[in-house]
Parts: sequence; C-alpha cells; structure tokens
Amino acid sequence: MSDLNKLTIVQAYEGLKKKEFSSVELTKACLKQIKKRNQDLNAFISVFEEEALEEAKEADKKIKAGKQEMLTGIPFCVKDAICTKDRLSTAAAKILDNYIPSFDATVIAKIREQGAVLIGKNNCDAFGHGASNENSMYGPVKNPHDLTCVAGGSSGGTAAAVADHMCIFGIGEDTGGSIRQPASLCGIVGLRPSYGRNSRYGSMPMASSMDTVGPLTKTVEDAAIVEEIIAGHDVLDATTVNEKVAKFSKSLSKLSKKLRIGVPKEYFELEGTEEETKNIIESKIAELKKNKNIEIVEISLPMTKYAIPVYYIVVPSEDSSNLGRIDGIRYGVRKEAGNLYDTYAKTRAQGFPEEVKRRIMIGTYALSAGYYDAYYRKAQKVRTLIIQDFDKVFAEVDLIVTPTSPFSAFKIGEKKDDVLAMYLADVFVCPANVAGLPAISVPAGKTKAGLPVGLHIIGPRLGEEKVFQLAQLVIPTAPGAGRDPF
Amino acid sequence: MKLSVKEIEKIATLARLELSEPEKQMYADQLSVVLDYIEMLNDVDTSGVIETCQVTGLEDVVREDKAQEASEEIKNKLIASFPEKMGKLLKVKAVFDDQT
Repeated sequence: MSDLNKLTIVQAYEGLKKKEFSSVELTKACLKQIKKRNQDLNAFISVFEEEALEEAKEADKKIKAGKQEMLTGIPFCVKDAICTKDRLSTAAAKILDNYIPSFDATVIAKIREQGAVLIGKNNCDAFGHGASNENSMYGPVKNPHDLTCVAGGSSGGTAAAVADHMCIFGIGEDTGGSIRQPASLCGIVGLRPSYGRNSRYGSMPMASSMDTVGPLTKTVEDAAIVEEIIAGHDVLDATTVNEKVAKFSKSLSKLSKKLRIGVPKEYFELEGTEEETKNIIESKIAELKKNKNIEIVEISLPMTKYAIPVYYIVVPSEDSSNLGRIDGIRYGVRKEAGNLYDTYAKTRAQGFPEEVKRRIMIGTYALSAGYYDAYYRKAQKVRTLIIQDFDKVFAEVDLIVTPTSPFSAFKIGEKKDDVLAMYLADVFVCPANVAGLPAISVPAGKTKAGLPVGLHIIGPRLGEEKVFQLAQLVIPTAPGAGRDPF
Repeated sequence: MKLSVKEIEKIATLARLELSEPEKQMYADQLSVVLDYIEMLNDVDTSGVIETCQVTGLEDVVREDKAQEASEEIKNKLIASFPEKMGKLLKVKAVFDDQT
C-alpha cells in the first residue's frame, strides 16, 4: 500500500487492525515524507527517527498480542512548547535549546500510553507568541500550499506537518487562536477545547488563565477521537474540571434536535477581512441553511471588539510572570556574566526572540506599581462583560459560526514589522479564549490562489459535543475524503 | 500613551532583559502603539463589574501538603540539566554581592 502517511487515524487504525500494514511501515512512510519535505517546510525542530521506529516495533507487538487501542502504532507530532519525556523541548527559543524534560505533559502521556509513536517535535512561534510562526528562533514554517506564505501560528509547524502528511495527527497549544488559526491557514481541522477540559500540565505556560492543549487532525472524526482520549480531570492541573467526557466520536452524526446557529453581524462588518474569505464563509453558511436540521439566526456580540485589547493585556501580563522562571539558572542555556543580575539579563536577552521580549515588557509594565488597576484589573473586568455577551447569546443559540481568520495565508515577512496588524490576525479566534469556550476550525474552501479558508465554530462552555456535530456537517467524511484534507 | 526610552530602560530592568540602544528605541515606539490601542478599553463602563480571574467556576482546589519523593532517575536527569554544577549541587552566582 502506498502513501500510508496520507491516512487518517480511523483509516490507520483499521489498516493496522486488519494487518494490511505494520506500524513500522506506517512510521517509515511518515519519516520518508519528512525527509522529502521538511527542508522546504521547516515544520520540525526535532525528528526522532530511531526512537520512533523502536516505538513502532513495540506497537506492532502490542497489536499482534491483540491489545491494540485507538492510537496504538499511529505516528504523531507535538508542538515544541509542550514537554515530552527524554525528548528535546525547546519552545522554539534558544534559551531552551538543550532542554530535555524528565516528564511527559499529561496529554502526551495519555497518547503514549496507548502506544502512539512520537515522530518529532514541531517548530512554532517561540513560547506560542505569534500568528505567523515567524517568531521562532529556528526560522519560519512555510505553508504547504504555498512556500512563500506563512503556515500561521503559533502551532504552525504542527499544522503544516499534519497538512503535508508528515504524520497522522498532531498536538498543539491554543491561547489566542494558536491551534485554530494555523489549522485554517493550512487546510486542516484544529480544536481548542473548553478551558479546564484538557490538562495543561507540561504545556509550557503562556497565559495560565487562557492556555489550552488540543488536537490538529485531517478530519473532524479524528479530532473527536483524540479529544476524548486526552480530555479529563488531572490532579496535576488544578484548573481541570471533573466532568464526564462524552464519546465525541460516537455521537458525531447523532444530532438530538434542530441546531440554532448564530452568525454575529459584527464579525462580517469588520474592516480588513479579505473579500474571498468572507464569500467562502457566507456561501458555506448558505449551504448549512439548506439543511432542515439547522436554523441560522443573526446575533450580536458587541463586546467582542474588546477581546483583542483584553487579550493583549491579560496574556502579556501572565506571560511576563510565567516566563520569569525561564532564566537559565536550573535548566536551559545560561550566559554567564559578572554578577547575578547581568547573568539573568544577558541569558534572557540572548535566549528570547523579539516578540517574547516585547510581551514580557508589556506585561511587566501593565503589572507594575501604579498601573495594575488601569490595565490588568480593567481588562479582567471587560473580560467579564465579554463572557456575559456570550452567555446571553448562548441562551438563544446552540453554536456560533464565524470565519477562523480574517484572511488566508499571507506572505512571509508581509506583517512581520506591523505588530498591531499581526495581533489582529486573531480577531475572530481570541474571544473564545477570553471566555474559555470550546471552538474548532474546519476547512471551508479555497481562495483562487489555492489557499485554504477555515470556518470557525464556537460552542458554549464544555459544549464540545455539539461543536463536533456541526463541524462534521460542514465536512462530512466521504469515502477517501480523509486522504486529502485540502 | 508615549513611552520614553528611559521608561523602557526601567521596564527592561524589572524584566531582567538587557537591551541594546536601537532595541530600546524600537520597543519604545512599538509599546506606545500597543498601549494606544489598548486605551480603547477606557470606552467601556466597568463600574460595578467584578473582574474575571478564571472561567472554570472551580473553588478552593486543594491537595494534601505532602512532599513526594522523586526517583533517583528523575533526580539524576534534573541534575544533568543544570547549566553549571558542583557534584550534585546547582552552581549560581552569589546573590548578596549583586549591585542591583
């Protein structure tokens, strides 16, 4: 069988079960694709060829012994800002250029317990700061659809790797759109779960009150499968909720009642939204309208225009605090200087890229004496109003639909020096983070230039099941459809 | 809100970041733009609004205050990742003769 790397999780699981191929063969197919394409895409910081083949052999034994689980023997990749035991985890910053964690993040441990094969660690914006993957200290990731364009960010390497079939699925991290936006720009599925649904333990913290870990996959069904495995309460993350996790993959086509879907008018009136993106999303909504189980209503979320300014106070503030521990003292790369202060200042100056330093400084300023009330506290109050906005709307509708990104993949370098323009790339995705809501991006079409456009579905808190159900309606998995996510 | 180079120097000191002269100017300009943008929050009336610190609704999540012994393997890995060491000890610059 050729092109094993193009399989979805479901297809790979079936093939392994029927012994049509082995995990070693599947892993080799992915490694071959990485060898062929990674020099162009720069999607990986580390590739664990030897270790992956060892893990694949173990998986084959497990399958042979009749102990196959859903992810046994399936190659996956992980954003480099998530800790993986005994595997380099740099967060795409030189300050952690040599950092090898002694533990797996909880979600990674859950996946590896099933015998999945960790094939490599993905390039990303350093510490998750960015929407274009240009803030990596290991060079930008290129978009598989057009090598002159960005892959999105911050989980850009993971999105590019999944879209280009270098692995079967990936795990990323989303604080303000970092899973959904690159998924949209690369033409795959990306889920940000509700805050508290998945453990954040071992995901290098950015903004502790908004960070989430989630899957990037080729189909909605695959995303549902991974999510139901990695979700759940974790004693190592006190913010995880102790709620039962539904079998999302089993209820994908089981809509219990008619879905009322809200389309926020503000999102379509926004200046700077690409015409083609708007047209693709509007025609997708018109298509959904024809389904007798769906009712489309116009809604208003007047406070969401404040989500980006709230985000750019809360996130840098929590960032500046969290990154205080990254100082080259106990681990990482230390730059020695005459005294302790200079050692800190030099280590951090040389180990962090420009955007990380920018955020640390915004946060330090916003939290400093005399400014806390004016910035952080004010933002946290507006955050309450944004949540109330969503609560009001979700009393009327089941789900909300928007574009994922205001534009398809842009040229590398195009927005790099315009800090504000780059921040606005997350205008549709970041309100979900501010409010802690689950949201998914699914491919909705392509521009004339052949660049993917994603549709964004936001659900109420812990409402992943319905989010998946609508997503499945948007891109039902027709036979063979999973083989080509584009 | 226009930040001066002097203010940037103060922030950078608090944040433990060494900046070059061109960087100071660049960040002064960029942070000013971001702070101007953030100013739009002042349009929102937040009187009487309680701030949101977390969204889960969870309260007082506690565990027993008990140290857990790490395995020798973990200990050795942690020591191996020290940037500088003496035997099993982490080596750092003196804390109290620091001028700042």
